[in-house]
Amino acid sequence: MPVADLEFPRSSMFERLAKPKPMLILFAIMWVPLTLYVMFGLDDVVLLPAIPATIALYFICLWAFRESTVALVGLSLVFFWLIMAVSAPYLPLLDPNKPIAPFATPWTEKKETFFVLGSDFKGRDLLSRMIWGCQRVLIWGVSATAVAYVVGTVFGLIAGYLSGWWDEVISFISNVFLSFPVMVLFIVVLNYLGPSGFNIVIAVTFASAPAIMRIVRGLTLDIKTRDYVFAAQTRGEHPLYIMLVELLPNVRGPLIVDACLRLGYTTVAITTLTFLGLGLQPPDPDWGLMIRESARVAMLWKFSYMLLVPALSVSSLILGFNLLADGLREISLRD
Amino acid sequence: MTKFLLKRILQMILIMLTASFILFVIFDTPEFKKRLAVQELGGFAVSALTDASYESWLEKKGLNVPFYERYSNWIGAVVKGDFGFSQEKNREVGPLLWDKLKKTGILAFWVFALMIPLSLVLGVLAGMKEGSLQDRSVSFISVFFTSIPEIATAILLTVFLALGLGLVPAKSAMISGFDWKALVLPVLTLVIYDFGYVARMTRASMAEVMTSQYIRTAILKGLPYRRVIMKHALRNALIAPFTIIVLQLNWLLSGVVVVEVFFEYDGFGKLLLEAALFPDIEVVQACTLVAVLVAVLSQIISDIGYTFLNPRIRFS
Amino acid sequence: MDEVTPVLECRDLCISYKTRAGEIPAVIDFNLKLMPNESHGIVGESGCGKSTVALAIMQYLGANGYVKSGQILFNGHDMTAMSQEELRKLRGSQIAMVYQEPMASLNPAMKISDQLAEVPMFHDGTNEADAKMKALQMLEKVKLPDPSRIMNSYPHQISGGQQQRVVIAMALLSNPKLLLLDEPTTALDVTVEAGIVELIRDVAIEFNTSLIFISHNLGLILETCDRLTVMYSGQAVEIGDIGDVFDTMRHPYTRGLFNSIPLPGADKKSKPLLPIRGQLPLPHERPTGCYFGPRCDFFEEGRCDQELVELEEMAEGKNHFARCLKSREIDWAAEQATVIGRDAVLPGEVVLDIKDLQKHYRVERGGLFLFGAEASTVKANEGISFHAREAETVAIVGESGCGKSTFAKVLMGLEDATSGNIQFGDIELGSLTVQDRKADTISKLQMVFQNPFDTLNPSHTIGHQISRVIRKFGVEKEPAKVEARVMELLDIVKLPRDFAKRRPRQLSGGQKQRVGIARAFAGNPSMVIADEPVSALDVSVQAAVTELLMDIQRDHRTTLLFISHDLSVVRYLADHIVVMYLGQIMEQGRTDEIFSPPYHPYTEALLSAVPVADTSIEKRKIVLQGELPSSLNPPKGCPFSTRCQYKIDGLCDMEVPPVRTVSMDVDRLRGHQILCHLSEETLNNMLPVFRSKGSSDKEEGQLEPAE
Repeated sequence: MPVADLEFPRSSMFERLAKPKPMLILFAIMWVPLTLYVMFGLDDVVLLPAIPATIALYFICLWAFRESTVALVGLSLVFFWLIMAVSAPYLPLLDPNKPIAPFATPWTEKKETFFVLGSDFKGRDLLSRMIWGCQRVLIWGVSATAVAYVVGTVFGLIAGYLSGWWDEVISFISNVFLSFPVMVLFIVVLNYLGPSGFNIVIAVTFASAPAIMRIVRGLTLDIKTRDYVFAAQTRGEHPLYIMLVELLPNVRGPLIVDACLRLGYTTVAITTLTFLGLGLQPPDPDWGLMIRESARVAMLWKFSYMLLVPALSVSSLILGFNLLADGLREISLRD
Repeated sequence: MTKFLLKRILQMILIMLTASFILFVIFDTPEFKKRLAVQELGGFAVSALTDASYESWLEKKGLNVPFYERYSNWIGAVVKGDFGFSQEKNREVGPLLWDKLKKTGILAFWVFALMIPLSLVLGVLAGMKEGSLQDRSVSFISVFFTSIPEIATAILLTVFLALGLGLVPAKSAMISGFDWKALVLPVLTLVIYDFGYVARMTRASMAEVMTSQYIRTAILKGLPYRRVIMKHALRNALIAPFTIIVLQLNWLLSGVVVVEVFFEYDGFGKLLLEAALFPDIEVVQACTLVAVLVAVLSQIISDIGYTFLNPRIRFS
Repeated sequence: MDEVTPVLECRDLCISYKTRAGEIPAVIDFNLKLMPNESHGIVGESGCGKSTVALAIMQYLGANGYVKSGQILFNGHDMTAMSQEELRKLRGSQIAMVYQEPMASLNPAMKISDQLAEVPMFHDGTNEADAKMKALQMLEKVKLPDPSRIMNSYPHQISGGQQQRVVIAMALLSNPKLLLLDEPTTALDVTVEAGIVELIRDVAIEFNTSLIFISHNLGLILETCDRLTVMYSGQAVEIGDIGDVFDTMRHPYTRGLFNSIPLPGADKKSKPLLPIRGQLPLPHERPTGCYFGPRCDFFEEGRCDQELVELEEMAEGKNHFARCLKSREIDWAAEQATVIGRDAVLPGEVVLDIKDLQKHYRVERGGLFLFGAEASTVKANEGISFHAREAETVAIVGESGCGKSTFAKVLMGLEDATSGNIQFGDIELGSLTVQDRKADTISKLQMVFQNPFDTLNPSHTIGHQISRVIRKFGVEKEPAKVEARVMELLDIVKLPRDFAKRRPRQLSGGQKQRVGIARAFAGNPSMVIADEPVSALDVSVQAAVTELLMDIQRDHRTTLLFISHDLSVVRYLADHIVVMYLGQIMEQGRTDEIFSPPYHPYTEALLSAVPVADTSIEKRKIVLQGELPSSLNPPKGCPFSTRCQYKIDGLCDMEVPPVRTVSMDVDRLRGHQILCHLSEETLNNMLPVFRSKGSSDKEEGQLEPAE
C-alpha cells in the first residue's frame, strides 16, 4: 500500500506502555499480597498496600492505551474486578459465607437485612458472594496462564531454535496433548489429580502450553533467520544466550495479545470446571460454584437472579480480557 | 498426495497409541484401583478388607496382571471392536457409546448447519470493507458473543427463553422421547459461543486478501467490483476459514460437555463427565479414544482441504 | 499548428495521506505532460512519492490517500472528477499498470488463462473462447516460451521473469494508450531484468503506447525513456529530456545522485564516489524553503530556507526545468574539488586460501517420516578455489542462487564444508564450525549483513550490541574501557556518540548499516565479509556507506570479501573479482581483466545486462534467453550451457569445461581464469561490452578510468 512509501519512526507497544518499570513494580505490589491472601490465607492487612497500587496501575494503563477506545473499555472491566478483589475485605459487605435469609429477591429486605442482589437458597448475600467470588478466579486464572506461558515459551524456544531432534520430540508431545479436546483433557487430568486450585494450574498448563509452544516455535523459526541472530551465531554465542537475549525479547510482543485472550479462556475453563464439580471447592464463594449450587434450585423465573448474577459477572470479566486483547492488537498493528 | 495421507494416518495412529497409553498409566495407579473397589463393594466394605482379600479382589477383576499385559490386551480388544464393559451403566461400552454419539451428532449437525453460513456471511461482509461501519459492528458482535462463556449463555437463554417466555423446555433430557423443541437451547448456546470466533477469522482472512496486491491488480484491470469480490477475493479468503471450521469439531467436543450437562442432554459429553466422576474407567478410555480420533481426523481433513483448496501447495 | 493533446497531463498535483499524526503531504506541486508515444521516467529514492504519483494516476490511493488539489487529465478529461464506473472503463483498457512484485500481483488461485481472458471479456465484451485466443497470442508477443503451457499454469508454477511477462501481456491486452510501470524489474535478477527492459522498449513501439517508467535506477531510465522527472521528498526537482538531464543537469540533487553511483569512469583510487550528506527528511519534518537545502553544497542561509521553491525553465524552448534558486549561478562545469583520491594500498600476505571447496546439501523430497525418503543432492558450492590477501578487496559476484550466500555461511562456520580446504592464516576452517572455533579465530573473521532492518536486534540499544562484541572477544574487560571503545567505534563510523543509548528503531537504514559495520570491526578483525551491505539502501546513502566501509578497511588493513550482484559497485571497489553461477566459479581475475575481453560468456552477458547511467557509453546488447536453472536439477556439463549463446552442442551440455588460465599474475600465485570450452581464439576475439560513443570497433574498447 502506498502508505508504506512514507516511513515514520515507529515506537513499539512496549514504549507505548509509557514507563514499563513502574508498571511492573505496581503490578507486583498489587499481585503478591493478593496471591498470598487467596492462596495461603494471610491476614486482611496484606491487602492494604495493594489497593492504592491497583488504582494507580489502572490510571497508568488508561494513559498508556488512550488511543484505543476498545482497549480502554476492556481495561476498565478487568480493573473493576481487580479493584473489587483487592478491596473486598474493606468494603461494607455482609459475610459471604453466612446464611442469613434464604430466597430474598434483589432489592428487598428480609430478616432486617437489605439484600441488594438478593440472597441464595442458603440465605447468603449474593452481592458479597459476587464480589468475593472474583478473587479465586483471578488468582488461579492468572497463575495458571502464567505457568502455561513459562512452560510453553521454554519449549517453544528450544523446539524452534535448536530444531532437529528436539523439535521432533517436543512437537510430537505437544501434538498428543493438542489432540485431546480441551475439556476432555481437563476432565482426565483433574479427575486424576483431584479438584483444587493448584491442580487447575497443572491442568491448564497441559491444555495451554502446547498451543503456546506452537506460537513461540513459529515466531522463533521466523526470528532465527534474521541477520542479528546470524551475527550472534558467528560471534560464537552459546545457544542459551541466543535464546534468552536475542530471541526472547522479540517474541514477547506478539505474545501479549495472545496472553490476554488466553486469560479469557482460562477464566472460562475455571468457571466451567467448577460448575462441573472438578474445580474450586466450597464453601468460599466463586462464580462457577454459585452457578453449580443454584443450577437446580433456581430453575424458576422468580429465582433466576441466582444464576444471572454469576453468569453476568464472569461474562463481564472475560469480555474485559477479550476487548483488551482486541485493543492491544489494534494498537500493535498501528505500530 | 497419497504419501501425505499415509504420513498423517501414521501420525494419527502414533498419537492415539500415545494418548491411550497415557490414559492407561493414569488409571493404573493404586489409588484408582482402590476407587474402583469402593465403587463396587462400598466404602465400608473396602476399609474392612484385609490386604489379602483386596489382592484376591484385584485378581478376580484381573487388575493384578502387569500393566503392559493389560494394555496390550486392551489394545487387542479395541482393535476387535470390544471396548469393555461399563460398571456404572451396566452395559457394553460399544453400543452405549454409539448411542450417545448419535445424539451428540444430531446436536453437532445443527450447530454446524447454523454456524457456518452465519459466520461466513458476517465475516466476509466485515472483511470486505475494513474499518467501515459494517466491519466495526460485526467485529463488536463477534467479540461480545465469544466473550460470554457457554455456561453463561446457557443460563441467559434458559432464563429468558425457557423460564421467562416459556417458549422451549428448560431441560433437554428428553425422557419421554425425542423432542425438537428441547434441541433449541443446546444448539443455540453452542452456535452463539462459536460463530463469533469463525466470523472473526473469516473477517481477518478476507481483510488480508482485500489489501493484497492481486486484488489491486484486479481492480486496476477495470473489473466490476462484484467480479473482484466473487471471483478474485472469495476463493482466496475462504481457504483459512474452511480449515478453522473443520477444526471446530475438536472444540465442539469440549463445548458439548458443559452444554449437555447443563441441559441434561443425554449425549457423549454427559457420558464422559459421569464416567469420569464415577470412575467408570473403560467408558472414560473409550470416550477419550473417540474424542482423540475425532480431533485427529478433523486435523487431517483440514490439512487435506487446505492442500486441495490452495493451488500453491497442490502443485508443488 | 494544431496542438496535440497530451495523453496524460498532471497539473499542480498535490497528494496527501491522512494519518493519525495529521495530514502528510506525499506529493507536492507535481506537473507532467506526456505526449503520445513518449516514454517518461520518474526517478527518485524511497519515500520521494514516485509510486504515489502512479497510483494517483490510476486513482487508487487507498482509504487514506487523496488528491488534495490539482488535476490529472487523461486525453484531456479530468480523472479526479470521474465516477467509479468511468474510472473502471479506463482502467485496464486505456491505462494499464505493471507492478513491482509480479508474484504478488497475480491471483494465486486462478489460472493465468483466466486472469488474462478477463481483460478482453470485461472491456471489449469478447466471449471467453475468443478472449483466451487473444490472451494466447499476447503471450507469444511478450516472447514467452510455450505459451499454451503457461496459459494452463498457476502463477507460482512459473518463474519471476515469466510472471512479469504475463503481467505485461495482461496490461497490453486491450491496447492501452498509457502504460504505467512501477519498478517492474526491481524484484528480478539482472540478466532477467535485461530481457524485460528489452521487451518494454519493443512493446512501446509496437503498440504505440506512452510509457511512464518509475524506477530508482538511473541506468534503467536511460535505456527506456525519452524524458525524465527527478523527484525528491515529494517534489519534482528537475524535469527534462534525458540528454539534457544526464549531461547538463541543473539541480544539485540530480548531480548528487549521479555522483553517488559508481559509473564506469569512477575508481576508488582516483575518483571516489561523492555521497550526498545527511539523509532524506521524513515527510512531516521537511525543512522550510528548499527541501534539499540541508543536504545541499550550495545552500545559502536566508535565501534557500525562506519559501517553497518554484520550478523554473532553464532555457527557452528546451523544456528543461529545475527547482533551484541558484541553478543559474552555480558553475556546473567546475570540477568538484573536494574529492581527494586515495593512495593505492599494497596488498600484503595471503590471508585466506580456499582450495576446491564443496558444499552439498541433501534435500529430501516427499519422504515419509519413518520410511526412506527420495533424497537428492544440491551442489550449492562446487570446486571453489581462490585466495585473498591482506588489505585487499575480493568481490564475489553472481545472481540469486549462485551459491554466494552459502559460501559466506561456510566461511563463517555456520555450516561445515563437504570437502576442500579453507586456510585462514594458519588455521584450517573448512571442517570447523563456529562452535569449535576459538574466540580469537572468530573475532578475526566478522561479517556485515545485507538487510539493515534485520541486522540489529530491535530489543537492545546500539551501545549494548556493540559492547557485547567487545566483551565477548575480550578486546576490553573493564566497563569504562568498553564504554570508551564503543564511543571510539561510533566515531569511526561517523555516528553521534549519543546513538549508543538509542534503539535500532530510531535509526534510518543507512545508520543501522553503519552500526552493523561498527559491530563487525569491534573485535579488530583481519577479514570482513560484507554480504550485499548496501543493496537495500537508497542510492545517496549507498555511496556514503560504501566509502565508509572502504576507509575503515584501508585504515585497518583489513581484507574485505565483498559479496554482491551489482557489477558496477564491484568494479568500483574490488581488486579481484570472482564470478559465480549455479555454485561454480565461471571466471576470476583482476578487476580490469574481468571487465575487458576475453570474457566468460556469462560475464559478458552479466556486464551487458547492467544498466549504465552514462550517455557517453555504448553497450553491446546481449540478452540471455531462458531462466536460471534450478539448483536441484542443474544442467549436465557446463552450468551455463542452457543459456549460453556460444554453446557447442554435444560438448558444453555434456562435459564439465576446463579451467583456462588466460594470464598469470606477476607472483604466479593466481591469474585470470575462465571455466569454458570455447577455444582461446574465440575468447580472445570477443568484443568489449562497453565502448565510448563514437569510438570504432577496432579501437581498444576498455574504458580507462577518467583521470
